[in-house]
Amino acid sequence: MSSTRTTRAPWFLLVPGLLALAFLIAPLLALLWRAPWGSVLDIMRSPVALDALRLSMITATAATILATVLGVPLAWLIAKSQLPGTGIVRALVLVPLLIPPVVSGVALLAAFGRRGALGGFLYDTFGVQLPFTTAGVVLAEAFVAMPFLVIAVEGGFRSLNSQFEEAADTLGASRWTIFRRITLPLIAPALGAGMVLCWARALGEFGATITFAGNFPGVTQTMPLAVYEALESDPSVAIALSLLLILICVIVLVMLRGRFLRPLAAT
Amino acid sequence: MSKPRSVVAASSALLALLAWSPAQAAPTPTAPSGTITVSAAASLTDVFPVIAQAFMKKYPGTTIKFNFAGSSTLVQQVIAGAPVDVLATASEPTMWTAVNAGHAGKPLLFAKNTMAIAMPPGNPARITGLASLSRDGVLVAECAVALPCGAAARDLLVKNGVTVKPVTLELDVRAVLAKVMAGEVDAGIVYVTDVRSVRPMVSSVTIAAAQNVTTTYPIAAVNDSDNPTAAQAFVNYVRFTPSAQGILRAYGFAKPW
Repeated sequence: MSSTRTTRAPWFLLVPGLLALAFLIAPLLALLWRAPWGSVLDIMRSPVALDALRLSMITATAATILATVLGVPLAWLIAKSQLPGTGIVRALVLVPLLIPPVVSGVALLAAFGRRGALGGFLYDTFGVQLPFTTAGVVLAEAFVAMPFLVIAVEGGFRSLNSQFEEAADTLGASRWTIFRRITLPLIAPALGAGMVLCWARALGEFGATITFAGNFPGVTQTMPLAVYEALESDPSVAIALSLLLILICVIVLVMLRGRFLRPLAAT
Repeated sequence: MSKPRSVVAASSALLALLAWSPAQAAPTPTAPSGTITVSAAASLTDVFPVIAQAFMKKYPGTTIKFNFAGSSTLVQQVIAGAPVDVLATASEPTMWTAVNAGHAGKPLLFAKNTMAIAMPPGNPARITGLASLSRDGVLVAECAVALPCGAAARDLLVKNGVTVKPVTLELDVRAVLAKVMAGEVDAGIVYVTDVRSVRPMVSSVTIAAAQNVTTTYPIAAVNDSDNPTAAQAFVNYVRFTPSAQGILRAYGFAKPW
């Protein structure tokens, strides 16, 4: 085996690779260095932080549920159905992932705002307004985060061995039973990875949220918005809140270590 | 960070040499040149580029770049070491934060602004004054209170004994205006000058001087500036020249003195 040769990194990969690592880690270390350690716990326990944290957890989870309920069927359509134009659909799904979130916010206003194409109808008919509501935050987060889930789950469907489904079919199982008992368990790792990515992206959403849903404590002010507003008055509060967000991400990573993230590499 | 400073040191040494050279027996101030970056309050978005044009015309060889944002953000950027030469904020407290932290020179007050209520065209919620803002179901946007426009809005409502529950606290005054123009809120508390700059796209209610509150705009050179000559020249130009003051009047800013 020539494993010793391949594991020794040549300098032209080692140096830029380590540089990349330093680039990714250094800002986070700087944040730790600048953190107001004396008051960090008090800031994290302040009403503004707790309100924002609670709202972020609720909206990111709701957005992930919405993205799962709608995104899994869409992923199946793209991966498995032989409908024409699935290539174009797949590209369209990627658009919200690629455009700047603030543009997503403007687009959401155009669609779901009080004077928007759909939002105008909702407002005039039912008096329902999505901007400035927690539901609006969920909508903005789901719009930006759903593509992550769809792409991950689509990969899962694609790499699925259809022998099991065919076997179940010959044994007389209904299509719903096959999907529920065979297909879903088989794509569970991809689904898990997709949901984690979607949740993390929703948790970090800023641009679309502030543009579409506005900024009000307890209603639409999620953690990233609270961090940004704190920067206006007291950067140390912003750093403490940032640490809290990073801590949550680290906890999620540790909890999922190896369990969901490995299959992601395979998809 | 040390490099720009050494450049500053070198150029000021050079300036000293020039000032003492026989060719310039009288120590006249050196003509400004080069590029400066001006961090200015969001409410100056329309008027400052016009003043900059006049300044660059008067001093060929100068270039002015802008960084517009909420005053508090600008101050925090300067304190964090942003490469900025001039700071112009929409309130004195925000400027004092920068001055007290040792990052800005002596501020000069150059303009004054007052508040107005902006509504979407056609005024769908029939806003007639401050009292309308406390009505049930009226959606109001304000600035966050850490910002000059937010502090002024709070002072305005307190002064008039009106209780308003805004639906959003935006992070610069232009964002308030954007929510109004989009028709997503029924009213926004903004500066008089903001209403003026986008007039056909918004309706407005003016607030009588006796009920209104004012905010004054200070401007100062940033202490770490790489181009202190041009920075101070721009500060003086904005405050003292009839040209700059005339442009400010034309955009609806009042004299602060």
